[in-house]
Amino acid sequence: MVPRELKYSESHEWVKQEGAMVIIGITDYAQEELGDVVFVELPKVSRQLKQQESFGVAESVKAVSDLFSPVTGKVMAINETLAQQPELVNKEPYAGGWMIKVELSDNGEIANLMSAEEYEKFIQEGPK
Amino acid sequence: MDFIGNTAADNKAMQRDLGLASEEELLKDIPPDKIIRQLLALPAAASELEVKRRVQELADRNVSVSDHACFLGAGAYDHYIPSTVPVIARRGEFYTAYTPYQPEISQGTLQSIFEYQTIMCNLTGLDVANASLYDGATALYEAAHLACAHTQRNTVLLASTVHPEYRQVLRTYMQNSALIIKEISFREGIIDLADLKSQLNDQVAAVVVQQPNFFGCLENVQQMGKLAHANGSLFITSIYPISLGILQRPGEYGADIVTGEGQSLGLPVSFGGPYLGIFACRREFRRKMPGRIVGESIDNQGQRAYVLTLQTREQHIRREKATSNICSNESLCALSACVYLSSMGTAGLRNVATASLEGAHYLAGSIANLPGWKISFKAPFFNEFVATVPGNIDELNSKLLKNKIIGGLSLAKFYPELKNSVLFCVTEKRTKTEIDTLVSILKEAL
Amino acid sequence: MEKVIFEYHSQPAAYVPVTKLAVANKYIPAEFLGSVELDLPQASEQDVIRHFTALSKLNFSVDSGFYPLGSCTMKYNPKVNEAVADFDGLAGAHPYAPEESVQGALELLYELEIFLKEVSGFQGLTLQPAAGAHGESTGILLIKAYHRHKQPAQKRTIILVPDTAHGTNPATAALAGYQVRQVQSDNQGNIDLAELKKNLNANVAALMLTNPNTLGLFERNILAVSRLVHENGALLYGDGANFNALLGLVKPAELGFDVMHFNLHKTFSAPHGGGGPGAGAVGCSKELTPFLPVPRVRKNREIFTLDYQPKNSIGKIRSFYGNFLTAVRAYAYFLALGAEGIAKVGRQAILNANYLRQRLEKIYHVPYSRTCMHEFVLTPQPDWAVNTLDIAKRIIDYGFHPPTIYFPLIVHEAMMIEPTETETKETMDTFAAALVKIAQEAAQKPEILKRAPQTSPVGRIDEAQANRQLILKYEKRVSG
Repeated sequence: MVPRELKYSESHEWVKQEGAMVIIGITDYAQEELGDVVFVELPKVSRQLKQQESFGVAESVKAVSDLFSPVTGKVMAINETLAQQPELVNKEPYAGGWMIKVELSDNGEIANLMSAEEYEKFIQEGPK
Repeated sequence: MDFIGNTAADNKAMQRDLGLASEEELLKDIPPDKIIRQLLALPAAASELEVKRRVQELADRNVSVSDHACFLGAGAYDHYIPSTVPVIARRGEFYTAYTPYQPEISQGTLQSIFEYQTIMCNLTGLDVANASLYDGATALYEAAHLACAHTQRNTVLLASTVHPEYRQVLRTYMQNSALIIKEISFREGIIDLADLKSQLNDQVAAVVVQQPNFFGCLENVQQMGKLAHANGSLFITSIYPISLGILQRPGEYGADIVTGEGQSLGLPVSFGGPYLGIFACRREFRRKMPGRIVGESIDNQGQRAYVLTLQTREQHIRREKATSNICSNESLCALSACVYLSSMGTAGLRNVATASLEGAHYLAGSIANLPGWKISFKAPFFNEFVATVPGNIDELNSKLLKNKIIGGLSLAKFYPELKNSVLFCVTEKRTKTEIDTLVSILKEAL
Repeated sequence: MEKVIFEYHSQPAAYVPVTKLAVANKYIPAEFLGSVELDLPQASEQDVIRHFTALSKLNFSVDSGFYPLGSCTMKYNPKVNEAVADFDGLAGAHPYAPEESVQGALELLYELEIFLKEVSGFQGLTLQPAAGAHGESTGILLIKAYHRHKQPAQKRTIILVPDTAHGTNPATAALAGYQVRQVQSDNQGNIDLAELKKNLNANVAALMLTNPNTLGLFERNILAVSRLVHENGALLYGDGANFNALLGLVKPAELGFDVMHFNLHKTFSAPHGGGGPGAGAVGCSKELTPFLPVPRVRKNREIFTLDYQPKNSIGKIRSFYGNFLTAVRAYAYFLALGAEGIAKVGRQAILNANYLRQRLEKIYHVPYSRTCMHEFVLTPQPDWAVNTLDIAKRIIDYGFHPPTIYFPLIVHEAMMIEPTETETKETMDTFAAALVKIAQEAAQKPEILKRAPQTSPVGRIDEAQANRQLILKYEKRVSG
């Protein structure tokens, strides 16, 4: 499942743009690979993130995955619900499982991310 | 005597099935000139009877607390071990199992660890405890390391009244992770609060003390905890679990992390090991806690069941990003501690602690009356105290040994400034007669 | 299932005389005393014994059956080991008793060091590390001290680790302050020499190597590997987890290892204790010996002493002298086997593993099909609708402990089987027959495997819930 309207990174985050703000989460493919998510560690609000910088980790029972920011900007909000219900990352990766909201510093970065079609092709080719 | 079950005929049959002309064919990957072809320089094989005879011979050349009155403590305590403890710890189902990787067939180990964790939380007054670490010294290092990682600061203020060997272990490991240890000096047997205050700064990750301290004295933990917290530092205490039968629990005086040597909870003194590293902490550090942790869950039938949890902290998943390389625990020792405290119960533990306290104060009172002897420190103490001796401690201890008494520890090795001092320990095992005998020998000897 | 010890409410027995002291504050100011009643279990002796006996019955153990857990060497634990570890003169020896009163304990440690040096070829040895991982970190600190001492100006900051390594290797190296670089294996499961050469440079302190490696394969290029490492001025660290394959067969020092840890609880038959205590002795070359932790056990005219003096020592790594009673068990094992018995261990472990491998390799997939050492790796056939976890759980129903699963990481769906030398052909035949049956089930009725285990005290456990809700201690719950 790869929603058309979103943009994607090679480290399997999705990005949804809403004006100067973006919402970030991990893709259905990523949650599937990770297995049952049991804990998500998110950054403090107002932290400055660079593109490709790790903003937290998602843990399953037997794996840990770093989360990388696809964009540069300032963290404006985090999904507090995940502290109680990390399983939302599995159940609703593109909705209730969102992770952070970031105020974009550089609008151009979005253009360099993959489209849905490109991301589908990327995961079919079996990236590591 | 080897323990190979196959007969020569079995081995022949297996070689035949493998199509081997000789067993050597299995070794073809090994450089031929490196294969050992003659017998090694080891003793000849022995029967069980001969093995026992030889080990007995060695054992007989040691003095044992089983037939001597032991007044030596200093981190290894001769407390009474209820008969229940060895009966359970010697069950093959416990001691010949391994780490509970397959929880469906390891519920015995898992539940006993879960119970141990619960008991340690209740004993220390902290929120979470792990499944145990190697010993008191390495547990204390893990706590200091966690504090540095958590606070992002690099200095640990370490009380000079912490067990000297624990301080040495801390130094070995801290040096190698580029962390700094500064020692806090003592006065009258306890930490000098003025010195502690003067050393606090924004690089101090933790204040580390022992309660009761190495001299048996009680530190002003309430004040130290407040000072540490006011400085944004964590407060770490190393405890002697028996003392918690009467002393205030660390959780109540503000300890963030509690470690300790659990040997006193049902393990023999064992010439120093295996022992039990206790580690408990406040809830907020639970994801950074080293070692194994067991959690409760349910199985596919909805039954209560236990399983290793928070495994993502561990080295086999995080590899070079792990915060500790410890991948085992001292499960069987934790089991012994669990059986010990389950047998004793609350009143039993209080009784052990009270009897030890009382015996130590009786001995201290008697020693204070001996000519030339002095109790070194005024601070209140639990079941150990330091006395200043008017003579040679080693000679005294030799004399005591001849009378089936293991004397106290000479402090000269660890504290050159206390060269005429001896550290005595009294547990509930010591009778009034034994204490009186000790005192009468001390009196005659010097 | 057995209830929790806190759910018993009976009268505890008396174990020590009751003191007459009514209040502790006769001696200690009230501010130091506890104000709340401790919440410890309250159970009669009979209940305590029944409770823990019931728990013991929920465990699988070496004493109850075949336990082919790869890399863990679950060999039989001789009962004489336990008997001698109970001797009053050993269990009752105080670590700070005067040296002249513990000569037997010191002699035992001294002799065990000699035995371990003899089977490994190392010149120096310490028995102090409390576990394998603890031995590893001790070994790496020796390497660090050696380089710092030899070339203070040169910064060797990197440790190389093969992709087959145990997770402790990179964790240990990183915690000792090193950067970790991974070296890939070749298609035979050996270290890729070209890759190794590419990674070796003046900043490399050591290569950490397990031989046989975690695929159970002997490192065929071992002599070339050690030559390359040494030519580069680096050292070769041996992870002794798999030493059982080589016991009595090859001395690791002669393969070029500079330092290695031994697991007394694997190779030398001390029991695993449900996860510990073990012991992780470390052997090393003459060059590394000055850096060994203190104290060292010395012998001088039949008198044994503890030496704290060596000035280049890395220091103390644990209180007292390590897990002494574990050393006692290993010592008893050496005495029992003697030179004749030790000579058989590695060879028999290898024969057993190859026999079992051969019985299974036509039915399961073998990723590296060559003569193995003491263990081997299998995977499910690709067309089965089950995974390794399902097979492992089904093995429980047949009365065996499952192998190590999902390790080594470089093999997808790995199952690592180590029978050890103490198991008989008959036991291995029964196990192989069960695995053949499970393979048939996997191909024809995979749902049986998905539902397994059916015969264990509890079924598959919800690990996700355990990690989400985090119930880490018992709390009294309102019933109903």
